[in-house]
Amino acid sequence: MTADPSWIDDALTAARPQVVGALLRYFRDLDAAEEAFQEACLRALKNWPVNGPPRNPAAWLIFVGRNSGIDAVRRRAKQTPMPPEETVSDLDDVETPMVERLDGAHYRDDILRLMFICCHPDLPATQQVALALRIVSGLSVKQIARAFLVSEAAMEQRITRAKARIARADVPYEAPGAVERSERLAAVAAMIYLIFNEGYSAGVEEADRRAPLCDEAIRLARLLLRLFPTEPEIMGLTALLLLQHSRTAARFAADGSIILLEDQDRGLWNGAMIAEGLALIDKAMRHRQPGPYLIQAAIAALHARVGKPEDTDWAEIELLYAMLERQEPSPVVTLNRAVAVAKVRGPEAALAMVEPLEERLSGYFYFFGLKGYLLMQLGRSADARCAFDHAIALANTPAEAAHIRMHLDRLMKESGEAARA
Amino acid sequence: MLYAILCYNSEDVVGSWTKQEDDEVMARLGAVQEKIAEAGKLGPVVRLLPTTAATTLRKGRDGPLVIDGPFAETKEQFLGFYVVDCETLDEALDIAKELQAANRGPGAYEIRPVSIFRPGALTT
Repeated sequence: MTADPSWIDDALTAARPQVVGALLRYFRDLDAAEEAFQEACLRALKNWPVNGPPRNPAAWLIFVGRNSGIDAVRRRAKQTPMPPEETVSDLDDVETPMVERLDGAHYRDDILRLMFICCHPDLPATQQVALALRIVSGLSVKQIARAFLVSEAAMEQRITRAKARIARADVPYEAPGAVERSERLAAVAAMIYLIFNEGYSAGVEEADRRAPLCDEAIRLARLLLRLFPTEPEIMGLTALLLLQHSRTAARFAADGSIILLEDQDRGLWNGAMIAEGLALIDKAMRHRQPGPYLIQAAIAALHARVGKPEDTDWAEIELLYAMLERQEPSPVVTLNRAVAVAKVRGPEAALAMVEPLEERLSGYFYFFGLKGYLLMQLGRSADARCAFDHAIALANTPAEAAHIRMHLDRLMKESGEAARA
Repeated sequence: MLYAILCYNSEDVVGSWTKQEDDEVMARLGAVQEKIAEAGKLGPVVRLLPTTAATTLRKGRDGPLVIDGPFAETKEQFLGFYVVDCETLDEALDIAKELQAANRGPGAYEIRPVSIFRPGALTT
């Protein structure tokens, strides 16, 4: 056996969703499941270096965790009334192979359930993400707090609140039917996308701290896809995350300012991630009827496939956005389509699409950024300045504000030159 | 004799390596590969994308069937392979041992004698 003990950490991290998911099904209590998992990990750290890795680490951990959990229930039972029958009955004399078989059949739904309870509709988005990172991914409170730029105590409180809310909510433990399963899948996919965006939407000064969120979201998406290998939307989600994340190294200049897609050094894009994303899209498209994640991934792919920005197939991108608009009408999607329209049919057509959105997007940075940009292209400098001022006021990060200020400076300079001329 | 060294490991585990950990493993494996190449024994080296990117074509009753996903549901997945030129199985096993030592954690290397080998003319 190798002397390097890192393989134990690797195995524990990889097994965590399946093991906690199975323990949750046995104990029907998140804290009990986590406690039992911790105990099983401690025993693994003692046992595995001596005896070598078990053939199936997850089954080993489930078996040991379940027994230790039952011991804990028994210890508590001495002081408190007996727990409900189903928590203890019929669990302690099962042989490992049987656990293995049992969990092979269940584990897909176990992991899905574990992820699903983290995106309970009662939980605000920030709590969903924090809870999933804690429970499914097993990140420490400290790691999560660091990624969210809050104190450890504040994050601890956020997670405790979320858990309390879930304990009060109805968690469905019976195996889901086909419709429920696909509803859970959709909720979990949205939660994974949320985790990704927490990492992706950060400015450069936070990007290093938050990048692990993107990696973790991709890991969860791949995990979900391995559980549901024929779901084109999960292929689409995974591809979308990979393609977006592939551009990470090219998104910010040395001074922290944003580099727009068309100005990015494509040599810095991550080729392996792009290859995996494109492969998933090819597979998913064979299923026809693409859903929203797959369409967005296909749009990202049209950027990823070309070596030079001027080769981008904007007409196809516009078509895809139009498809997305039909499936999920939203002013933000229309705004994105307008970007493609500007490339294909010019700024005037795009501006006509954008202007009716103003009321609904009055608090949206990108709306005013695009509006200003289109007005600038049309030579309406005063209107453009007004839109850019709005955008700066709404900027979410210093980098966004700086990017708009660059446009404004250019307008000022041009108008100065015009005045001198 | 040409041997294929087929690499198996848990994709869950390999997928949870951080980029840094992955880079470290690849660097260590790269050093081993260089050594085998210098001895003139190294053929193609292939690392495969995750099995989630795989499609399987299976012979069905009414013609071929295209299925999403890898060929078999297993605990360890086929992640890549080497082709090496060795006099004996022992020599191929020695190479596999070196690769194993350079890699992280458990996993397995299957050593399979090669029947047909066409190097092809692909360059990337």
